Amino acid sequence: MRAAAVYAMLGALALAAPLLGLYPVFLMKLLCFALFACAFNLLLGFTRMLSFGHAAFFGSAAYVTSWLVSVHGWGAVPGILAGVAVSLLLGLAIGAIAVRRQGIYFAMITLALAQLVYFICLQAEFTGGENGLQGVPRGSLFGLIALGPDATMYYFVLAVFAAVYLFIRRVVHSPFGQVLRAIRENEPRAISLGYRVNRYKLLAFVLSAGLAGLAGSLKSLVLGFATLSDVSQGTSGEVILMTLLGGSGTFLGPVLGAGIVVTLEEYLSDLVGAWVSVIIGAIFVICVMIFRRGFVGEIQRRFGTAVTRRS
Amino acid sequence: MTVFGMPLPVILGQLTLGLVNGSFYALLSLGLAVIFGLLGIVNFAHGAFYMLGAFAAYIGLQYFGVNYWFALVLSPLAVALLGMLIERLFLRHLYSLDPLYGLLLTFGVGLIAEGIMRDRFGASGKSYPVPHLLQGAFDLGFMVLPIYRAWVVVASLAVCAITWFLIERTRLGATLRAATENARLVQAFGINVPLMVMGTYGAGVAIAALAGVLAAPVVQVSPLMGSSLVIVVFAVVVVGGMGSIAGAIVSGLLLGVAEGLTKVVYPEASNIVVFVIMALVLIWRPAGLFGKE
Repeated sequence: MRAAAVYAMLGALALAAPLLGLYPVFLMKLLCFALFACAFNLLLGFTRMLSFGHAAFFGSAAYVTSWLVSVHGWGAVPGILAGVAVSLLLGLAIGAIAVRRQGIYFAMITLALAQLVYFICLQAEFTGGENGLQGVPRGSLFGLIALGPDATMYYFVLAVFAAVYLFIRRVVHSPFGQVLRAIRENEPRAISLGYRVNRYKLLAFVLSAGLAGLAGSLKSLVLGFATLSDVSQGTSGEVILMTLLGGSGTFLGPVLGAGIVVTLEEYLSDLVGAWVSVIIGAIFVICVMIFRRGFVGEIQRRFGTAVTRRS
Repeated sequence: MTVFGMPLPVILGQLTLGLVNGSFYALLSLGLAVIFGLLGIVNFAHGAFYMLGAFAAYIGLQYFGVNYWFALVLSPLAVALLGMLIERLFLRHLYSLDPLYGLLLTFGVGLIAEGIMRDRFGASGKSYPVPHLLQGAFDLGFMVLPIYRAWVVVASLAVCAITWFLIERTRLGATLRAATENARLVQAFGINVPLMVMGTYGAGVAIAALAGVLAAPVVQVSPLMGSSLVIVVFAVVVVGGMGSIAGAIVSGLLLGVAEGLTKVVYPEASNIVVFVIMALVLIWRPAGLFGKE
């Protein structure tokens, strides 16, 4: 009951947000990073795999979409789909190597392979090197609805976000999601029950990579550019922080975490310069030391509500 | 004389450059392996401590007139103290938790260190002069070898050898290894394990800082000098097999040389060759070249 009420309120707020005078580009950026964090949470929160290289998927999809849309004149939807396809393939390649090891090794391997992708993006011709790709047009939905106006684009991004959010909930509550959580709780036991754990982990990784790519593609259309920072380790770190701060393993946590981190960066970067990374680092330290459940996780523990049940 | 259509001096030049880089990889992955062995923590702040080591030398020279040779001792000491403080305040509370938290915490510590240094010194690189005694070059006939480069390789190898000896061949090292296997039992023998852990973290971090001082005259001292290096070092450690001291040293040197040779054959790939080798090793031997599993 209360869960439904919370979602109804959030939904109404999201629909009405542009009318309330909030800056739509900021809201869209926030939704894209929320989508990214939700995709990441599928791995960290529900399977307990810490990928330190998710920017590789986010960034390469952003590059592919930007390149196809701006250089080859593709439409928004085919451009996004191509970006997702590339990130799925990349997820398959990186995942197949990384799931051979667990825990911190997995984190280090994903980090190293993502750095490989970073250097490829730095040197490849089509990414525009240090400058990245600028001035990417938003195009239209199948030539029918122009996405140029911020309000139209906002509702498009919101619709995609809502669909993915529901999809992730569905996945987590499916039999496949049950196995993932079994792996999170006790991997050796899942193996002894006869599950081919590595296949499940790889599938979860590929899924998460594809959704991270979707977030990257959308972001590149919203802001109109794809740059090296999209594929850099800083972005990989940010998405971890969003998930951790909001509450990994909860549904709403990554959304809230993304909201906090994006807002902080948006307003702090002009004020404090290099101190942004000090503040981000300090939040990391605080989260790890005393706030490991994150905001939503703490709320659940204190009030035991069913808003975003961990189960 | 040419090999693969390349003049031999070019190849030898890149080879020595690769050996110098490999020495830094070896020192850094050695420190990581020592810390991981006893604490079970992957020290993401390792690159930041390397950077702090170089900056400590730079600041020492600029503001206090501390010369290179004193910096070689003082800077690792200062950074080790900082490291031990961080161990005492933060890391110590995480040992009973999932090791992922240690990784995340040290990642945050690294960001803080980089941010502070960037605020104080800006993002651009500072140059640190090569000390008088090590200026000039050896003329080997077939190539010219700067004395400082040779010194870096020799000093790094010496530090690696000493560390290996301390851990594998002394009583202190035996206690350390015993504590790695079973900390409670060692504690029951009356050894102050928490203190030993703190000291080990300090030692690992000191090696990183020493690498920073050694690197200061050959690379630009900048707040971001460690952040991409640490990722390469992670790859080195994955190749060598985590926790293996000898593996860390050997694979560090080998990968540095491989990187140098790639610069001759196909320069575009020199940034990524270490990661490609890591991927191949993982496919072939998931535990790493020297790892046991």
